[in-house]
Amino acid sequence: MSAYVASLVSVIGINMILALSLNIITGFCGQVSLGHAAFYGVGAYAAAYLSKLGVSLPLTLLAGAAMAGTIGVIVGLTSLRVRHDFLAVTTMGIGFVFLGFVRKQRWLGGELGISGIPDSGLGPVGYALFVACAAAAVVVFSLWLKQSWMGFTFDAVADDEDAARTVGVNTSAYKLTAFGIGTAIAGFAGGLYIYFARIILPDTFDFVTSIAILTMVVVGGTGSVWGVAVAAIAMTLLPEVSRAASDYRLLIFGAMLIVVMRFSPGGLAGLARLFLARRRMTP
Amino acid sequence: MSTLAHIEDLKLSFGGVAAADGLSFAVTAGEFLAVIGPNGAGKTTALRMIAGVLRPDSGRVFFGDRDVTALPAHARVRLGLGFTHQIVRPFYSFSTIENVMIAAGHRLTESPWRALFGRSRRAARERAAAILERIGLADQLDKSPRALPLGQRKRLEVARAIALDPKLLLLDEPLAGLSSAEAAAMADLVRALPGDGIAVVLVEHNLGEVLRVADRIVVLDGGRVLAEGAPVDVMARDDVRKAYMG
Repeated sequence: MSAYVASLVSVIGINMILALSLNIITGFCGQVSLGHAAFYGVGAYAAAYLSKLGVSLPLTLLAGAAMAGTIGVIVGLTSLRVRHDFLAVTTMGIGFVFLGFVRKQRWLGGELGISGIPDSGLGPVGYALFVACAAAAVVVFSLWLKQSWMGFTFDAVADDEDAARTVGVNTSAYKLTAFGIGTAIAGFAGGLYIYFARIILPDTFDFVTSIAILTMVVVGGTGSVWGVAVAAIAMTLLPEVSRAASDYRLLIFGAMLIVVMRFSPGGLAGLARLFLARRRMTP
Repeated sequence: MSTLAHIEDLKLSFGGVAAADGLSFAVTAGEFLAVIGPNGAGKTTALRMIAGVLRPDSGRVFFGDRDVTALPAHARVRLGLGFTHQIVRPFYSFSTIENVMIAAGHRLTESPWRALFGRSRRAARERAAAILERIGLADQLDKSPRALPLGQRKRLEVARAIALDPKLLLLDEPLAGLSSAEAAAMADLVRALPGDGIAVVLVEHNLGEVLRVADRIVVLDGGRVLAEGAPVDVMARDDVRKAYMG
């Protein structure tokens, strides 16, 4: 594996974990979030800060996840009172609050972020494989979650919260759980990112990143584990294979969001289901 | 028979208009109680306060010996206090049987932690299928609730409530919008619930069916109890007749 391929695998893995983490909140539990990059950032900053104090890699990753998950639950508490478009605006605000905060913190490097992050000690290829394994674990966890009664109950909450309460579901507890799990995994991705990039800048975790993550979820098919995983791979590779796609990344992502919403709200997963259903019907 | 639930002096007003104005009555275990009254009498408000969907301004709600006034609706459901909405609220993204399964698996969904480690849906599926068969929806298991006519959606709502193993079921106008044949069939269906140990509080406008199925009637007017007792006695009272005639 060349250094280039190794870096590509690392980025794909990190993006896949990010997209799947948002998929738990938005896809499974139906709670829109436009500020997911903030939790990615919380995990990255926590891990980076600790790594520079000499804390070991596994512990920094755990700390990043725990920190992001804790803040995620606190933010989730706000989601208990607001729904739909209000929640979208609230979560977007969280993203800006995070950026506004870290940019002004000297101890977090301000505008220049944190550099000089220690090496993972695994080498580029070893680290790429580590990230790939982590991504695979998140895929397996997502599938487990979807098949479990938690996934079933998330579906009910996403469908109709009032009806969910009628069947005895503590919707607040489930929504907080979705926020906690999803943001903790995003924080974990942030930790993985720092050993890959070795430097973090506040702008890495801006609104555009939040939208890019959301685009992967929507294009893949909100709620579909395989669809979102495939979309994360495709949308990470796209700017790599085409220079034009790289230059017009934001434009392309925005257009993809609009096209998918208009023509295939189920995303790639919805198209795949449609295709399979048609094939089954034609002998 | 022992008292299963009772409300004490419930008061609730919306913008200065009292929907409940010192409301008190009790439900006995295993009985079929109908709550009737003219439009605006506060019937649905009373039911929603017992269910926990609405919080009273003052007064208390008891289920068994327990004061449940501060408990949210979902927690009351878990104690055995089920309710159905006036306007049906199935999960439209679920099939008919899945709508009942999510209720039948209520022990697994009690906490997210327990739900995460709950995998098998077989037991819930079998239970849901049995309930749907009894309720006359055996042929509709895998259909979307969207494909069901209103009468069947109302049955689905009752099936979902039964799957929660309630001790008391609050039904908010289950006959509304049904044809007379459908309404009679639905009334027969819910009439059989006390036989399974489920007490029923029915809020309903269809007086003919109410008088046919209720053990006891509570008449509300202006957010207060106007009369209560056996259907024949209550309906013979002048004040009740006057409240209805206006």
